[in-house]
Amino acid sequence: MTTESGLPPVRKPELVCPAGSLRALQLAVGAGADAVYLGLKDATNARNFAGLNFDDAQVRDGVAYAHARGAKVLMALNTFADARDASPWYRAVDTAVSLGADALIVADTAVMAYCRDHHPRLRLHLSVQASATSHEAIAFYRQRYGIQRAVLPRVLTMSQVGHVLRHASVDIEVFGFGSLCVMVEGRCALSAYASGQSPNTAGVCSPPSAVRWQDTAAGVEARLNGVLIDRYAPDEPRGYPTLCKGRFEVSGRRDYAIEEPTSLNTLAILPELIDLGVKAIKIEGRQRSPAYVEQVTRVWRAAIDQACASGARFSVQPAWTATLARFAEGQQQTLGVYDRAWR
Amino acid sequence: MNLQISTPAAPPRLALTVGPVLYHWSRQTMMDFYAGVAASAADTVVLGETVCARRRELKLDDWLALARDLAAEGKEVVLATQTLIESEADLRLLRGLAEQRDFMVEAGDASALQCLAGGAPFVLGPHINIYNRPALAEHAALGAVRWVAPVDLSLEAVGWVNPPADPVRDAAGQPLATELFAFGRLPLAFSARCFTARQHRLSKDECEFRCLRDADGLLLASSEGQPFLVLNGTQTQSAATQCLIGEGAALRAAGVSRLRLSPCSRGFLDVISHYDSVLNRGTSVAEALRAIEEKVPAGGLIDGFAHRRPGLEWSVA
Repeated sequence: MTTESGLPPVRKPELVCPAGSLRALQLAVGAGADAVYLGLKDATNARNFAGLNFDDAQVRDGVAYAHARGAKVLMALNTFADARDASPWYRAVDTAVSLGADALIVADTAVMAYCRDHHPRLRLHLSVQASATSHEAIAFYRQRYGIQRAVLPRVLTMSQVGHVLRHASVDIEVFGFGSLCVMVEGRCALSAYASGQSPNTAGVCSPPSAVRWQDTAAGVEARLNGVLIDRYAPDEPRGYPTLCKGRFEVSGRRDYAIEEPTSLNTLAILPELIDLGVKAIKIEGRQRSPAYVEQVTRVWRAAIDQACASGARFSVQPAWTATLARFAEGQQQTLGVYDRAWR
Repeated sequence: MNLQISTPAAPPRLALTVGPVLYHWSRQTMMDFYAGVAASAADTVVLGETVCARRRELKLDDWLALARDLAAEGKEVVLATQTLIESEADLRLLRGLAEQRDFMVEAGDASALQCLAGGAPFVLGPHINIYNRPALAEHAALGAVRWVAPVDLSLEAVGWVNPPADPVRDAAGQPLATELFAFGRLPLAFSARCFTARQHRLSKDECEFRCLRDADGLLLASSEGQPFLVLNGTQTQSAATQCLIGEGAALRAAGVSRLRLSPCSRGFLDVISHYDSVLNRGTSVAEALRAIEEKVPAGGLIDGFAHRRPGLEWSVA
């Protein structure tokens, strides 16, 4: 098939948006998401926060709502099953199947093996938490568990993403916007080290239950299980004390020693991502508000549509940037690792 | 009737594995270090650069030569693959390790699993995410014969994943061995970004190998001076040192048969002898603890993860 110009049609990537609640799901679908991803109200997914996520009835309603409007529902089952009792993870798989989820986003080989053995026709996406950073790693999960899509960790440069895409035999999904993990997802125990809970096993990072804010003479202090993560002067904006985004002392200098509070934003390189053949673009933020989900989805819908329609003439609209900036962490945005500048 | 009075059986020996050197040491420092290890009580030595592909003080042939020397001294040698695979060059190095047949390989990620599956027996490194028995069984079926548990898994959980009374079996039907990270600064996180270079305001591609200066990594402290983490290039470690020397009974009960001791720049050979005498020859824990505490870099001792607590805690009063 060719278009009028004689060039092959542009492969429009799927826009995959976060849904921490039924309301967020509805707004995402309304704003143009091709797919939404959600998790159950327990430790089986990597955004295990109080007041967030779906019970069975909400999943059923969400699936019906999305399917009626042509959108897919992906269920995140992307933590590692508990050593004492893996059954909640297996039950979540069964639940996803019975409630009509279109695919599961998985990280644990135990969960993948269960899917392979009990639901062989279920579509599996490899979660970013599985830390697959090469085409060999992706081939491992495809050959043994039949995964059909892999979400790449936010640590590869554009040329590395391109290399994986050329050699991988499954669809590739990349992150487009949202909070940025500077560590390889699935390979970070920093939060467990300080608080006892981390994404791999508890589905949380720097959990709110371990955070304490204290007003002191030296400023407002944010502590994680007693460890001072940051201290803010009265006029400084305060961020959530995610461990890796705190200010620490190294060689006598106090600074953001690991990572600045900043959000990933790849709008500027969207045409390149599409040219590389990226199959889906993921927006981070199941923990964010329905308003975030709606507005960020709307921007990305417009951007993907325009990038596919106008190719090289694509330009980032100032209004898009302004909207995304309002929702960015610390009001800062970065191309992250896709941009080689810091290498 | 058997009237023989039996003496209580000595507990089985806990084998000692010297983990890969995680820091960037010069070639000479490395050679001196392994000359010492060759004469130590260690049973197994894991060799290779697992942290950063740019570190090339030793090349594959150097590692293989070192491996042969250590094997000649009676050590079991294991070659470890890089933990974060990013490029085709990384994959080439990995395939080189997977294709040699002289030494067992320790898999650092799923790329390594793909290259090793179905071939010679191999070891599952601590950064393969195995948190439950079915996952371990999946990996045993690929040809793994030994499992190094993730550092954040509790002793109790290690016992659930690979119970000594009903162990996961390898492809040959033998019980899969469990190894645990029992000494050293904990490798907690990996990134594509180099935090040491960032600290020196250098790009990763032009890092000037500044990490060569930090024999035990670069200390990161909280704003009130609490030693917290250590920057080791692309790897982030705990500032405090994991120390499970007093846990002999609990380790054996959890089915652990090998302990990983992670190299540090000072007193490491003494650490090996302390672990061997306390855990395998019944000498005093308290004395050894005092000696170890004096030698470890800033941050003190910890054992929180072993007890299902935050990793930075220390249970010994």
